[in-house]
Amino acid sequence: METLDIVRLNLFSPMVLAFVLGIMAVLLRSDLKLPEGLYSGLSIYLLLAIGLKGGAELAATPFAQFWRPALVTLLLGIVIPLWSYVILRRLGKFNIADAAALAAHYGSVSAVTFSASQTFLDNLQISYEGFMPTLVAVLEVPAIVIALMIAQSRSDATTRWGEILRELLVGRSILLLVGGLLIGLLAGKPGLEQVAPFFVDPFQGVLALFLLEMGMVAARRLRDLRQAGLFLIGFGIIMPMLHGVLGVWLGQIAGLSLGGSMILAVLAASASYIAAPAAVRIALPQANPGFYLTASLAITFPFNLTVGLPLYLSIAQMLYR
Amino acid sequence: MQTVALKLVTIIAEAVLHDRLIREIKNLGAKGYTITQVRGEGSRGVRASEWEGQNVKIETLVSSAVADAILQHLSEHYFPLYAVVAYVQTAEVVRGDKYT
Repeated sequence: METLDIVRLNLFSPMVLAFVLGIMAVLLRSDLKLPEGLYSGLSIYLLLAIGLKGGAELAATPFAQFWRPALVTLLLGIVIPLWSYVILRRLGKFNIADAAALAAHYGSVSAVTFSASQTFLDNLQISYEGFMPTLVAVLEVPAIVIALMIAQSRSDATTRWGEILRELLVGRSILLLVGGLLIGLLAGKPGLEQVAPFFVDPFQGVLALFLLEMGMVAARRLRDLRQAGLFLIGFGIIMPMLHGVLGVWLGQIAGLSLGGSMILAVLAASASYIAAPAAVRIALPQANPGFYLTASLAITFPFNLTVGLPLYLSIAQMLYR
Repeated sequence: MQTVALKLVTIIAEAVLHDRLIREIKNLGAKGYTITQVRGEGSRGVRASEWEGQNVKIETLVSSAVADAILQHLSEHYFPLYAVVAYVQTAEVVRGDKYT
């Protein structure tokens, strides 16, 4: 399929269109508002479902096939926050707290963007390694810890590490993802089959509903774009592209399939908005959410969803030719 | 009916502070508290159903010494960096010994 066809297919997929509908709802000042309970419920469902599927696949994966992708993912989780921090400080002239907060978000990962990439590849019938959700769990925490360590070493702030690590490791995002992985791993594929009618089949529909909410959240952040400034808008688009190339390249080195490398690119390119904001708000309260939430939700997420997915696929196709 | 004058401390804060604030007001001497989820707008912008979760309103009936300690604690640790509102009212309470 030609790249333009893939872009069109992606833009007219229910998930992207649901996201656009969410944006429209806010711009048109509709009274539409998802109940907060529903939003929490959907995010719980998505994280657990991602974990379950990944865990069941991991049960069937030999360790020899898995350790190299896991290692390069960890490497991404260390390198991305470091150089993001340097770029934000030197070129963006951000203060220490804001640069570290942004570095934490871009180094960590967005589980929803990841799900969107799986759905995207499924629709194109491109196969990928089933254990990819495990890599989401690997990538989620290290970058946040590294970014907070940078901030601490460069200021006299006293970080309460116990509280932060607790927040990270038992926060809903990691708890559900890792918990789902473990359940899937222990129950295996027969176990997954028992819950598949609920956790697997309706997944894409639930994802579309969640993206409707994401569209509304992103649109409410749009008014903060002016405060964020041109540099941050550029950062939120260019960095994902660079990280995407890095992800594909490392994926290929680690022996992933074309689809797997494309997903690793998405993981590297995406910015967190569940685990990182919660940890950063507690550890770096002086950092401005107008920067990190706006960049992650209103710039990088929409970019990845619409342009990023086909872009990373075509980069992977070029490298694998 | 016999009532006692106590202080009703109300704290409205962003949701991430929920666990911390409860732990800390109890350490400062509060015997109990009531929590509601609230929405609103203030000097830090609309926080209605923000991404991080709604704001929480924590209410606690305490002696005036504890009320002072709570306000002092909030102004040292939270007012500069977080979205927090706090105020104290006098309340006529039945069974006053329950709260001090």
